[in-house]
Amino acid sequence: MSEIQFNHVQTAHCESGVISNLFRHYGLSISEPMAFGIGAGIFFGHLPFLKVHGVPGTTYRIWPGAIFQRVCKRLGASMQWQRFSSPEKAMQELDNVIGRGIPVGVLSSVYYLPYFPPSYRFHFNAHNLVIYGKHEGNYLVSDPVMDTVTEIDPVSLAAARFAKGFPEPKGKMYYPLQVPQSVSWEKPIRQGIDQACHYMLKIPFSPFGVKGIRFLAKRLAHYPEKVGERRSVLYLGNIIRMQEEIGTGGAGFRFIYAAFLQEAAELLNNRELARLSQELTRIGDLWRNFAFNAGRVCKNRAVNNVSYHELSEMLMQCAAAEEIFFKELSRVKI
Amino acid sequence: MKKDEVPQDGNNMHNGVVKQLFYAVDDSGKYTQVPSVGWEPENIAMAQAWEDVNEKVEKARQRVLAGETSPIAYYMEKQLMNVSLLARYVGKFQWQVKRHMKPAVFNRLSERMLHRYAAAFKISVQELKQVK
Repeated sequence: MSEIQFNHVQTAHCESGVISNLFRHYGLSISEPMAFGIGAGIFFGHLPFLKVHGVPGTTYRIWPGAIFQRVCKRLGASMQWQRFSSPEKAMQELDNVIGRGIPVGVLSSVYYLPYFPPSYRFHFNAHNLVIYGKHEGNYLVSDPVMDTVTEIDPVSLAAARFAKGFPEPKGKMYYPLQVPQSVSWEKPIRQGIDQACHYMLKIPFSPFGVKGIRFLAKRLAHYPEKVGERRSVLYLGNIIRMQEEIGTGGAGFRFIYAAFLQEAAELLNNRELARLSQELTRIGDLWRNFAFNAGRVCKNRAVNNVSYHELSEMLMQCAAAEEIFFKELSRVKI
Repeated sequence: MKKDEVPQDGNNMHNGVVKQLFYAVDDSGKYTQVPSVGWEPENIAMAQAWEDVNEKVEKARQRVLAGETSPIAYYMEKQLMNVSLLARYVGKFQWQVKRHMKPAVFNRLSERMLHRYAAAFKISVQELKQVK
């Protein structure tokens, strides 16, 4: 089998990272923050009824797959998406496509990826990685969150592609059919920003956007009396992890988005975007400060309602700052 | 976050193999990527999540040894699954999986069903039958 020359670059987030790596392979240079911004990846949601390991879910990003679809649509790239009814068919088709010299993106469950450190292997089913060849029976992997390329055995890969649960990957794989060689960035950037502002400000339900941050803040203040000290600490720990774990770039994707605004500001020569990038960096630091203090509460495990009220107050500040930020962003003329 | 403020609080969580990338600004205010070996609040949150998992596993193990539940309950916790996820893996309804957690029912399970559970947990049937 011919070896595909695939240029692996480590990124913070898997989905925007795979977009960046795959498109670069086809000659379109797009940075990770640019992909994240055009795909309007920044978001907030707190879903107390959607429990993961018995803990309410919190997200700082849009749902998996959305960034990819939006970037392709806005840049005019066309992709081949495939799902399969059985692992055999899925692995056969993967072999066929990499045999033709095409690197393939696959959706997988982190739990079955042996090259990940054991402590990070939870049942998270929406991890993206690129398979770009085969070597002595093992697949060559470019996983965007790893600093180098690695290998995976076929059994683990099949297990990871056919993990059950939510969402179910069902062997999903994708590769570009056509990628534009040059694009005009102005319109995609504007569409990405408009959409992000809309999602953060205009969804009329309390768990989402800026409203969602306030919603979480209100609930968090009452954790100790509602669910007890032990579970409060676990709930709080989950918020920290969703915000700061591998893949977020720090401060729950706020820094990646600020990097996008900076790049967009230079590209379009727009000073207002540059100023807002700085503003978002400041908001990201507010989030980091929240996580730092939440970490201390977790560590001390003090039954102390005051500390939860203080944390709640910090989240309210984040919400207020983001509300002003996204309102200003939505008014920027591009 | 400034470039030199990117935390480097190492612990064994990353096993030394994964370095997380952070976006941070350099002295001139420009964003760059900075690798990090970890940050303390996240390490604490991660450690306590695993503590919770290990506690659940140990509790399930004790219950299996006391004959209160079948090994399925133990391996389910060990594989970080819950009843709905396990039911998806073995192709059964949740009430059926819960029923299989009764030791009396488990002991009468067909070889085929045991194989399905063993496959879901990625262990052998032999291992499935005994919990140490």
